[in-house]
Amino acid sequence: MTAVDVASVPRRKTPTDAPQKLRKQGKRRFGADAAAIIIALIVAFPLFWMVLSALKPKTALDAGDAAPYTLEPSLDSFGRVLGVNNFGQYFLNSVIVALVVVVLSTVLAFLAAVALTRYNFKMRTKLLIIILVSQMVPVEALTIPLFFLLRNAGEAIPLVGLNQLGSLVLVHVGFSIPFAIWMLRGFVAAVPLEVEEAARLDGASSFRFVRSILFPLVAPGVVACSVFSFISTWNDFLFAKTFIISAQENQTLPMALLTFFKPDQNDWGAIMAGSVIMTIPVLIFFVSVQRKLVSGLAGAVKG
Amino acid sequence: MTALTPVLPETPQGGTPGKGPTTATRKSRRFTYGKRGLEPWLYLAPAFIVLIALLGYPIFQLINVSLYDYRQAQVSGKAPLNFVGLENYQKLFADPQFWTVLGNTVVFATACVVFTLLVGSSLAVLATRLRPWVRSMLFVVSLGAWATPAVTGSAVWLFLFEPTLGLVNKTLVAIGLTQFEGYSWTYDKWSAFGLVASEVVWCSFPFVLVTVYAGIQAIPTEVIEAARIDGASMPRIARSIMLPMLRPIVIVVTIQSIIWNFKIFSQIYIMTNGGGIAGQNLVLNVYGYQQAFAASLYGLGSALGVIMTALLMVITLVYLRILKRTGEAL
Repeated sequence: MTAVDVASVPRRKTPTDAPQKLRKQGKRRFGADAAAIIIALIVAFPLFWMVLSALKPKTALDAGDAAPYTLEPSLDSFGRVLGVNNFGQYFLNSVIVALVVVVLSTVLAFLAAVALTRYNFKMRTKLLIIILVSQMVPVEALTIPLFFLLRNAGEAIPLVGLNQLGSLVLVHVGFSIPFAIWMLRGFVAAVPLEVEEAARLDGASSFRFVRSILFPLVAPGVVACSVFSFISTWNDFLFAKTFIISAQENQTLPMALLTFFKPDQNDWGAIMAGSVIMTIPVLIFFVSVQRKLVSGLAGAVKG
Repeated sequence: MTALTPVLPETPQGGTPGKGPTTATRKSRRFTYGKRGLEPWLYLAPAFIVLIALLGYPIFQLINVSLYDYRQAQVSGKAPLNFVGLENYQKLFADPQFWTVLGNTVVFATACVVFTLLVGSSLAVLATRLRPWVRSMLFVVSLGAWATPAVTGSAVWLFLFEPTLGLVNKTLVAIGLTQFEGYSWTYDKWSAFGLVASEVVWCSFPFVLVTVYAGIQAIPTEVIEAARIDGASMPRIARSIMLPMLRPIVIVVTIQSIIWNFKIFSQIYIMTNGGGIAGQNLVLNVYGYQQAFAASLYGLGSALGVIMTALLMVITLVYLRILKRTGEAL
């Protein structure tokens, strides 16, 4: 699986370099570039508007200021968001849940991917189909049974009961694993058999090989894939809304954002500022793994 | 195990031509030692225990609850559980609102899928013809849209289309379209769906763009060169070589989009404030949630969940069918 560098020079070059052809190509290229720049600006616009509105003073927003710039940027909106009771706590809760889910689901999915790509056993294909199908179960539909499951589980193990962060961790690990296995297969399969044979000849046990050789080799890809678990956990407000009923101190970030939606008068400045705060961690994660992610997606779809 | 042949000979194995073993040896040497008894199961166990507890058991319970008259009284244990068989389903099938919601779901999700795929794959083709810095720019902003959480994306789009303060209406009025003064985009059923669909396409086309682009890049240069030397024209190369090679990727991307878009919840829930005026913008997922948690009709809500799952299972089966026919193995 070659790493696909999004910025790399196109591979296909015309062998005939007739100047006329070059000029024609240059023109066509300019058209494509111009179109792409316009599209990129449109795609980026909502994000730009989000940041801009977060920085505009409240008076300007309430007056419906449509200017694409602001002469008096202010951090008031951020102040209002951070001033919400427990906002720091909500942020911390979101970070804790997302990180625990990423680590747990990635490790479990990696081990399962090893079994499903490097071993040949009877149930292999059936298990792969089960994993594929389980990816398709709408998680929202399972809110109801999970609610009861966690209510009962909470009586035995309080840590994973309703109103606990553990309940969110548990359900998100469950929902992240199938897609993570699916994605990691490509990476695990890409490590040549010769490496494994060499390790075994040197006397490494199977687990030793997986832990000390295979894992470090595929680690970058594994990290890239974990972005999916991170996003789905970080974005979730359905489970947070359903499971965290009375313990406000265990609420997560999306729910805090929703408190700014008021039926009569939305505080758009605060909503935008909260959105900026919520988007930044995902954006950082995404941009830092993007190169590996692209090759991972190509690998995952090819198997 | 012929059924498990990893790839067809003509399928590209990105980056390995020349140095990897030939296809024939690859086939027989994909696994190190074949069966090794319990070993794979030890690796599988942790993930599968979690999956059985948190997916398998809830799915079973979902079906179970859908067969009962399960309401607030039963949850708190004040009333006895009443097995009603398929009554919840009968009630749904006799309810015109259910059919409206099902129709909404299919139309809305299909529109999202079609536009996501169209935008994503045309941009992927466009991306192959761009100057590197333009391409980087396109990818970075697309990743930005992709990374935007559903809650915040919905909030921003809602703000842009706000009736009185929103930029879109302000701009439309400024260029002379005064009927947009205070126009509410979420009041009309289909303009509300259109607004949500735009947001969905905006944040989901990057997946298609990145995947299809990676697929195009993975086509070995040699194949294209060979065709060109044989005198094939560019359209011919696109049709006869690139399209067949991209087919598996296109299928996967299509199915993933179908699944994700049929399951849209947050965007509808936030942008139409829980399903729109008088529930006009409800889709199956939100409808089931409302029935269960707002109306406390857990049995009915579960039945909707089962129907939704069944719908997606059918799509999965079709997917596996197509995979089989194209010779792609799992």
